[in-house]
Amino acid sequence: MAKRNTVGPASVGDFGSGPWAAARDLIDAPAGSVNIAHEAVDRHVLSGHGGDRAMLWLGKDGTRRDLSYADLADAAARFAAVLAAHGLTTGDSVFSLTGRVPELYAAALGTLKAGMVFTPLFSAFGPEPIRTRMEIGAANALVTTVPLYKRKIAPWRDQIPSLKLILIVGDEAPEGCVALGPAMAAASPDFETVRTGPEDPALVHFTSGTTGKPKGVVHVHNAVLYHAFSGCEALDLTPGTVYWCTADPGWVTGTSYGIVAPLVNRVMMIVDEAEFDLERWYATVERERVEVWYSAPTAIRMMMRSGAEIADRYDFSSLRFLASVGEPLNPEAVVWSEKVFGRPFHDNWWQTETGGIMIANRPGSTVKPGSMGQAMPGIEAAIVERTDGHLRTLGDGEVGELALRPGWPSMMRAYLHEQARYDKCFLDGWYLSGDLAMRDGDGYFWFVGRADDLIKTSGHLVGPFEVESALIEHDAVAEAGVIGIPDEAAGEIVKAYVTLNPGFTADEALERDIRGHARKRLGPAVAPRAVVFRNTLPKTRSGKIMRRLLKARELGLPEGDISTLESDET
Amino acid sequence: MTQDDIRTAFIEELTKIAPDIAAEDIGETDHIQDDLGLDSMDVLNLVTALHQRLGVDIPEPDYPRIATLSDAVPYLAAKGAGS
Repeated sequence: MAKRNTVGPASVGDFGSGPWAAARDLIDAPAGSVNIAHEAVDRHVLSGHGGDRAMLWLGKDGTRRDLSYADLADAAARFAAVLAAHGLTTGDSVFSLTGRVPELYAAALGTLKAGMVFTPLFSAFGPEPIRTRMEIGAANALVTTVPLYKRKIAPWRDQIPSLKLILIVGDEAPEGCVALGPAMAAASPDFETVRTGPEDPALVHFTSGTTGKPKGVVHVHNAVLYHAFSGCEALDLTPGTVYWCTADPGWVTGTSYGIVAPLVNRVMMIVDEAEFDLERWYATVERERVEVWYSAPTAIRMMMRSGAEIADRYDFSSLRFLASVGEPLNPEAVVWSEKVFGRPFHDNWWQTETGGIMIANRPGSTVKPGSMGQAMPGIEAAIVERTDGHLRTLGDGEVGELALRPGWPSMMRAYLHEQARYDKCFLDGWYLSGDLAMRDGDGYFWFVGRADDLIKTSGHLVGPFEVESALIEHDAVAEAGVIGIPDEAAGEIVKAYVTLNPGFTADEALERDIRGHARKRLGPAVAPRAVVFRNTLPKTRSGKIMRRLLKARELGLPEGDISTLESDET
Repeated sequence: MTQDDIRTAFIEELTKIAPDIAAEDIGETDHIQDDLGLDSMDVLNLVTALHQRLGVDIPEPDYPRIATLSDAVPYLAAKGAGS
């Protein structure tokens, strides 16, 4: 599976010294082995906390289900046993494609317990992104539901040769799949946790690239050290805290801070199966006495749009700490939240690659509205500029690329099968984030933009290449250029510029047909919300579409260096 | 505007936003997010489109009331759609 690399952290398995020595006390790590499932669940049961509430699951239909740490441990063990019974072994790759149902959490923990590698996928993805990711990750097993299987998996499942097992949530399964309910009921709850080493792969999350296919970001079991640490330091998670992370585990936030960090810190997590629904959310905070709330700017902006009056009807006095991640939180939203909830949302910054929160407005520190905060303890961050193949560190107030000194435990260890792309992330001992930012005199960082063409929509990175590839599969589309354009609710939305093949007419019906095609392939989270027609697209001499130029023109910004422009847009 | 007109308008705006859905595939009680696969941005766009076309203001707490065709039509009619 994952190829190890020496460019990144060299000795994170060694807890003896450095900033992480103290964090070592936050986990158990029996006999030098580190297994996230043990740290998140089993050790709490062993130390007498099996009866503590681990999760309150809220079903879409109003169902409530309480799970204790002992319940989660039992479910994880049974899930691990099911995998083993089907011949899967240590290091195998288990994917999930489900909504936020309890089985998803059992699958994540059970996979890790069995020493296998877990990859959660976002259930709103269309078949294309799912298939690409399962191919790159060489999926051996998939956990999904009947509707998702039928709509998105069944047509091509036989074309993934590595795929041995499909588990279906519930009591019945289509032909060739296994129903998870009865399988878990019949499985033994006594599965012994695999003694994984600190550097053994645990999780693979996919993130989009500007060019080429999505990247499978490999994280190891030792990442749990940083999840434990940052859970306390950045989110104020303490045993018993009622905590609600609204992110879906299909994205890294929903795993690092929606499964691992809260459970390691023995909190009580709220898991809501439903999507954003203003009054449902407010009522949940009030009824369940939520203390720590970790959400995203898109949701917060939707709350703002609805006004303070609706919020005034609810009691938010239980809230102790509010945090936001995914994209910069605008200052107005920080000020608004302080007025409405009595506490400001604390913005923080990190990436799939960093595995955990790197820069944060931390509990107890002054919030600077609009800033992502200061570097976490033990994290060295800088603003740099690339010159002649080297990095130059920039001073306060200068805009450059945000860089981090590798070495924290949750840093990625590889991009799956992509050594060269991984190596390109590092220079002169720094990890380069691809985000442009500025640091002020107080050490607070301010997001400026992406250094590349990636689009940030509703907090998620979308790679233009993946969208363009799907668009040109449409019969009518000859070429496509995809950019993000600013949007009040989503931060950015995906917009496509296309040229047509001969014989097609640019009209509303075709525009809709192309968007419909893209939505079917990619799902609504990734597909373009707008498609416009062009006769030609601006291209470089080497034939690359200049997305940067499309964007500058869309936004009325200076066009910058256009010396490589060969043929212009018409 | 009759309930049938409202119904037509709702379906047209919905399929404009999500052209992956065919009008004839929309069931009376299909949930626009759970069954038809709209995401929250799509819902916001639908609210805006219905506002422009029917002159109806749909406040955020009422979003669940346009979640199915069978709920949306009487709701929009009661709000005076198209009048």
